[in-house]
Amino acid sequence: MTKKKLLIKNALLIDPKNEMEFIGSLLVEKGIIKEIFNKPSPNYDISDCKIIDCKKNALSPGLIDMWVFAGEPGYEHIETIEDISNAAKASGITSIACRPDTNPIIDEAELVQYIIRKSEDKSQINILPIAALTKKHEGKNMTEIGLLKEAGAVGFSDAYNEINNTNILKNVFTYASNFNAQIMQLPVSDLDKFGVMNESEISMRLGLPGIVKISETIALERELRIAHHTKVKYHSMCISTSESYDVVNKFKDMSDKITCGVSINNLKLNENDVAAYRTFFKVKPPLRSENDRSYILENLNNDTIDIITSNHEPQGTESKRLPFEEAAYGAVGIETLLAASLSLYHEGYISLSKLMKKMSYNPAKILNLENTGSLEVGKKADLILVDLDQPWVCDADKLTTKCKNTTFENQKMQGRVLLTIVNGKIIHNLID
Amino acid sequence: MNKKNKDSLYLPQLTHLLGIEKLSPQDVNFIIKKSQGWFEKNKNKPQKTDILRGKTQINLFFEPSTRTQSSFELAGKRLGADVINMSLKQSAVAKGETLIDTAVTLNAMKPDLLIVRHYSAGASELLSQKVDCSVINAGDGSHEHPTQAILDALTIIYHKKKIEGLKVAICGDILHSRVARSNIILLSMLGADINIVAPKTLLPNNIDAYKVKTHLDMREGIRDVDVIMMLRLQNERMLSSYIPSAREYFQYYGLDEDKLSYASKNAIVMHPGPMNRGVEIDTSVADNVQSVIKDQVEMGVAARMAVLETLASG
Repeated sequence: MTKKKLLIKNALLIDPKNEMEFIGSLLVEKGIIKEIFNKPSPNYDISDCKIIDCKKNALSPGLIDMWVFAGEPGYEHIETIEDISNAAKASGITSIACRPDTNPIIDEAELVQYIIRKSEDKSQINILPIAALTKKHEGKNMTEIGLLKEAGAVGFSDAYNEINNTNILKNVFTYASNFNAQIMQLPVSDLDKFGVMNESEISMRLGLPGIVKISETIALERELRIAHHTKVKYHSMCISTSESYDVVNKFKDMSDKITCGVSINNLKLNENDVAAYRTFFKVKPPLRSENDRSYILENLNNDTIDIITSNHEPQGTESKRLPFEEAAYGAVGIETLLAASLSLYHEGYISLSKLMKKMSYNPAKILNLENTGSLEVGKKADLILVDLDQPWVCDADKLTTKCKNTTFENQKMQGRVLLTIVNGKIIHNLID
Repeated sequence: MNKKNKDSLYLPQLTHLLGIEKLSPQDVNFIIKKSQGWFEKNKNKPQKTDILRGKTQINLFFEPSTRTQSSFELAGKRLGADVINMSLKQSAVAKGETLIDTAVTLNAMKPDLLIVRHYSAGASELLSQKVDCSVINAGDGSHEHPTQAILDALTIIYHKKKIEGLKVAICGDILHSRVARSNIILLSMLGADINIVAPKTLLPNNIDAYKVKTHLDMREGIRDVDVIMMLRLQNERMLSSYIPSAREYFQYYGLDEDKLSYASKNAIVMHPGPMNRGVEIDTSVADNVQSVIKDQVEMGVAARMAVLETLASG
């Protein structure tokens, strides 16, 4: 007979909300965190418990990845919800927010419901749809933000499409604030239309059209001003330059509704990685200079950067095996997010609980997910157990996702997920 | 052993010619010396040789080109190679075949030399990773056009007897020019002082990374120079707001008799072709005694023969 309760003992508990780490144990019942003990082996009647001895490995809320291309609907040949769920659960991600720029674009409540139904059927992790801000991402007519939100959209984004008309942008933001909807935007402008990598000495030497930094700053400042003016909840998804960091910082001083994120690629890599036209390093936002990377990284321990995302964007070989200018943007990231992020902790840039906060508690707060992302009594048991030190090498051929376009090929990684629990149910287990 | 003897014994170990940036000064000097040899031999009635007999050379052009393609074709034929021309603007590309598919197909035909012109930077580099033969970059996007730089150097040496210490002005659309990049790298490698002349919109932001002086005023930029290299201005630049009109461009950046008078009295005028007369260069200047544009074409065949020979035997 299966035991009703789950006692996870002798763990290094990561409490991202309070930024604390302590040895303790935790009781799960009916999918909910029932009790937290600050002892490795609590005095508790264990007759009805399945017991897991964590051997002092780290137990954290599962990761919430806020910007993921999940392929459905329309791009099932490169990614599916089922595949991504399998990749995510083995990589410590218990929730993903999926991008609306699919085919069709997620601009109707029925499409949000489709993704939710599909997830219930095919996914063991939480799939959270993001809906479009404007219909067909054309920047003209706003979507039914109220109905979409009611259907389950956690955020609203026009993804890589700029809303050119400032009047429309202002109205959309104002209307979104009416429903307390979360805007999730990328700083894109038509200044970067022809560029394919960061504009710098390297792009010039390679003869590649560059993406100027101000393209990002201009888009960011424009939208932040309107967001601040309309008092809408605004999240800037992936910033990549030191200037953008300063801009966000300034606006965060004025408003508590503004948040910001960064892609793990921009924390780990820089433009030099493009080297001799390596298309796997063609990503959006582009890999920037080492100065930009280190500036953001050195400020990671502050609260300006709220979240870290994998920016998972699968691309088939055929769209990457092209001359650099013609190759598609993007890199898969689901399976490397945790280990690549942990390296920032191992290298001393950030504390463990703070790092996990940016990938669990903060995303949950931004996406208004009240039940997950935290190690608190009464929250859903979406948990991961991580061996922080276990080494492995990223081998593209061994990735679970259909596409293998990783930026971390052959990189030495540190940190393996031993156990993944969603809703109190163990869905990935390397212990037993 | 003194330096001269050392150089004369030097044999470049080159598999491909993808850009000047990957060459050492010895490589460049070696190829120039070989080119000079071919130029002398071609001067009289050129004879066919059998240096490349039994070798197959494929000219793979994804962009239309008359001059470069025929120059490579002639160079290959004079060396005795079997030359195949493939212009892929209409055929395979239109059918959705990728560059790599094309490369794999051609590779199966076992060519020895693959000459590639492509509209994307890095295309020849990509091809070189996928084929077993030598790849020569005949122009890739805005990146490099190495054989043009070699033939330009050859032309300069022919007229000026040297490159070291010469003042060279490169004028026009630097931003989009592969000719400019290859020439800047090669000429500064050989010790020339380089002035860059262009309106700001056609100047790459990080041009200072090269050892060049930039000038927005053309008269200043060509003052006392020994060599003026003009670049072709593509017509589409007018449409995307780089410059307002051909008329205004010619007024400030077109080479006419007046601007030419600021250069050294014996300055030579070069242009990689094809020229837009009345846009970047005045007809009278293009055809006057200082113009060496026709010599460049002649040097092109010799330079390409030298490159083909070097790679085929490397």
